[in-house]
Amino acid sequence: MPQLDDRKEPHSELAEGVSARVPTTDEVQIKTPEKICGMGHRKKRKEDPRFIQGKGNYVDDVKLPGMLYMDIVRSPYAHAKINSIDASAALEMDGVLAVITGEDLKAAGDLHWMPTLMSDTQMVLPIDKVVYYAQEICAVIATSRYIAADAIEQVYVDYEPLDAVVDPFEAMKDKVIVRDDKEKKTNHIWHWEAGDKAATDAVFKDAATVVKEKLYIPRIHVSSIETCGMVANYNKARSHMQIYMTSQAPHAHRTVFALVSGLPEHKIQIISPDIGGGFGGKVPVYPGYVICAVASLVTGKPVKWIEDRSENLQADSFARDYHIEAEMAADKNGKITGLRVKTLSDCGAADAAANPSKFPAGLYSICTGSYDMKAAHVEVDGVYTTKPPGGVAYRCSFRVTEAVHMIERMADIMAHQLGEDPADYRLKNFIRPDQFPYKSPTGWEYDSGNYEAALKKAMDMIDYRTLREEQKQKRAKGELMGIGISSFTEVVGAGPSKDYDILGIKMFDSAEIRIHPTGKAMARFGTKSQGQGHETTYAQIIAEELGLPSDDIEVEEGDTDTAPYGLGTYASRSTPTAGAAAVMASRKIKAKAKKIAAHLLEVGEGDLEWNIDRFEVKGSPDQAKTIQEIAFAAYTNHPQGMEAGLEAVDYYDPPNLTFPFGSYICVVDIDKGTGEVAIRRFVAVDDCGHIINPLIVEGQIHGGLTMGLAPALYEEIVYDENGQNLTGTLADYLVPTAVESPKWELGKTITPSPHHPIGAKGVGESPTVGAPPAIANAVVDALWHLGVRHIDIPITPPKVWKLLRDNGVTD
Amino acid sequence: MSEHEVTLTINGEKVTRSVEARTLLVHFIREDLSLTGTHIGCDTTSCGACTVLICGKPIKSCTMFAVQADGAEIETIESLAAGGELHPLQEGFWEKHGLQCGYCTPGMIMSAKGFLAENPNPTEDEIRHGISGNLCRCTGYNKIVEAIQYAAEKLQAADAGGE
Ligand code: FES
Ligand code: FES
Repeated sequence: MPQLDDRKEPHSELAEGVSARVPTTDEVQIKTPEKICGMGHRKKRKEDPRFIQGKGNYVDDVKLPGMLYMDIVRSPYAHAKINSIDASAALEMDGVLAVITGEDLKAAGDLHWMPTLMSDTQMVLPIDKVVYYAQEICAVIATSRYIAADAIEQVYVDYEPLDAVVDPFEAMKDKVIVRDDKEKKTNHIWHWEAGDKAATDAVFKDAATVVKEKLYIPRIHVSSIETCGMVANYNKARSHMQIYMTSQAPHAHRTVFALVSGLPEHKIQIISPDIGGGFGGKVPVYPGYVICAVASLVTGKPVKWIEDRSENLQADSFARDYHIEAEMAADKNGKITGLRVKTLSDCGAADAAANPSKFPAGLYSICTGSYDMKAAHVEVDGVYTTKPPGGVAYRCSFRVTEAVHMIERMADIMAHQLGEDPADYRLKNFIRPDQFPYKSPTGWEYDSGNYEAALKKAMDMIDYRTLREEQKQKRAKGELMGIGISSFTEVVGAGPSKDYDILGIKMFDSAEIRIHPTGKAMARFGTKSQGQGHETTYAQIIAEELGLPSDDIEVEEGDTDTAPYGLGTYASRSTPTAGAAAVMASRKIKAKAKKIAAHLLEVGEGDLEWNIDRFEVKGSPDQAKTIQEIAFAAYTNHPQGMEAGLEAVDYYDPPNLTFPFGSYICVVDIDKGTGEVAIRRFVAVDDCGHIINPLIVEGQIHGGLTMGLAPALYEEIVYDENGQNLTGTLADYLVPTAVESPKWELGKTITPSPHHPIGAKGVGESPTVGAPPAIANAVVDALWHLGVRHIDIPITPPKVWKLLRDNGVTD
Repeated sequence: MSEHEVTLTINGEKVTRSVEARTLLVHFIREDLSLTGTHIGCDTTSCGACTVLICGKPIKSCTMFAVQADGAEIETIESLAAGGELHPLQEGFWEKHGLQCGYCTPGMIMSAKGFLAENPNPTEDEIRHGISGNLCRCTGYNKIVEAIQYAAEKLQAADAGGE
């Protein structure tokens, strides 16, 4: 287990020379002409033509000669002993080649267990006991999908059901031990703290007002429209394993496969082709992947495994599942002074979260949010239950959504408690622009921010004061209208490698750029887009730096044989890390280009200056060499003694994370008869620093907002007391459609990050983090006068209706 | 398993194949005919990733057997730019950034095509209901709606011009 006691301050001092104050604007910066299309242009995506014509290439589209299919037998119990597995009937079926069990994996070199990304262990296939509903029991390999599906029905498993433990507070009592494979017979996994306990206790002692609340952030599921899958293709003659995989982190997965299987890493090629959405769900290594690879090794044939949606919802990594107890203190002026938080993290049957390894609760200690306070203390305990393992992101940076939901709910409760307007209350308590870079009480160094500007802009856009008037009038008539605010601070872009690693691999990321003699380029990255539009944005970054038209730059990711090593795409880290690597690699190329230009123009390097796409002689701009001319010369006429070619690679290790922020305001109307919450308006002002492509940023924000709406009003993975999943299909797990999703109204401010070479921050997840508390705050705002203080998400009509009935509003 | 002969027209081409009675139409399209633009996203007829047009109507091809399509006219996403020119819907999705991962996109476009044939001049609300059988996890739908509005206008202008 990682020792975290020395980790209370995640970030030490930043590199010197980092500028302090960064001005806020709202104009997107454009420096290149349309034909180059660098940063700031609303460029249509380069990847789209293949997708709109049905020519994408997803894992299930891969078809190899002689390919076999795998299907998985899953447990109908959450906790049970396995007495025996009888696969003889399945094996007799025409077209069935093999049944792989835990015993087989054990015999193949203890492959029945694997490490999780948090250095815990997880069963690939069980030998004697299952610990969650839908757990993999064994796998059938057959000549067709249909035969494999038939054959899993013919495997007879003799189970002896054991008591399930579904509630994490029950699990803490250790009456039912989930992991009896462990030496210590306890369900408690880890304890983690951040902040200063003594200072926080002191602040609470002096407080004029203290508010307390219990919040549950429920278990949810990313449910990307493409499920997970793999085609493993072992070539015996070459001792080579080629794997097509729905992977957000192909290089890290290659290393994990090498470590687990003992295959040499240079004999493993992982290809992550087009990916149909990830959101964190395609970061972990699931048992199905390992079994599929083993199946190909055993049969010597390509084997395809594609999950059904119900398997995906029932067994793959969940997100959230945090039980929080929070207290907030304020002084006699209403100024927030402290925060004290205790949290129980329900990990399921293994700690298989996808956090950086030294952060079992992810970046949860960002929970002081956008508010300046004296002290904070956060404690989190991880516990096993008989539920599927996980703890992935659901389109957010590691555990930031939980933190933001808590602090934004608490700030709202405090404002209401003190009788202050929630917007004015936030303005009074924000970290001020002149306090950046800001050191938070839990040890973070926020790079830049202007929280006031973002909230004021949102208030203007929605006409906040008029809405408050309207609310007053409606309330007098007995109508229920609420206005909710969330002014969140995100933390993305892991990360500085001294603190951040996954299984020991440092969280840098990479770019490799090669410029061909005719001035066209190929750029490869260690990240992997799952819809974020990297092929377009990375090309725009390089275009900005080197002046090559972005259409002349081919971006490639996802093939470990060709791409430079990187940690992949999740937690909004691509722009902060690989995007920065693209800048640094471009600048290395530019430095060489300058030498070549000086040689061609027969001047000293000091006589040259860069202008968009060329080096010009200072004072006589018609004496110039364009990047294309320089590229040609790099292969045909480079200076004596210089290496030929024009290419560079960069492994970028950021000096800090980036801290995007924003303010969202949501207006809801509540139907008194049904308890239904209707979102009338939702204004989102985001600040992600410099914008690379406004069209893509808008798309990311829209998508993130709908994925913030989803857990706020609709989605939850629910289990019964036996650990059976009651929401295991898309008919029960309610992903919002175009009808539920409101028309989002966007605004922006731009406060560049001083810790990123082009001042950019991540953005794809901010809205998922920021939206749920805006919605929850709006609902509570509508009901506060009835005595309602808090409602756990998802805020479903039955929950609201019950509150209305209990308070005599409806019958 | 009993095999049946199926003859149908797909994207203007007549095909005859022998299939098991239980073969789902989506598997027939993707695997027997190698038209992988039509996707699969669920097992409860919820997501619409598998939507194709059968005799002009949007149908979830995961919820129909191939044998039931005997004699039918099927259009999949691959038919839309067959002439080399993008269909206004494809253009709209590209222009308005109506897609991110692209996985829902073929089904979404085919649904929209069927919908616009019925309702060529829809309101925003009608569009939202029109595609409510199709899930998208990436885009938040706003830009999909804009893409369909773009196509509706373009198709109407083309119709008006043709009269
Ligand atoms: S695959 Fe989901 S509706 Fe057909
Ligand atoms: S674009 Fe990814 S599901 Fe719609």
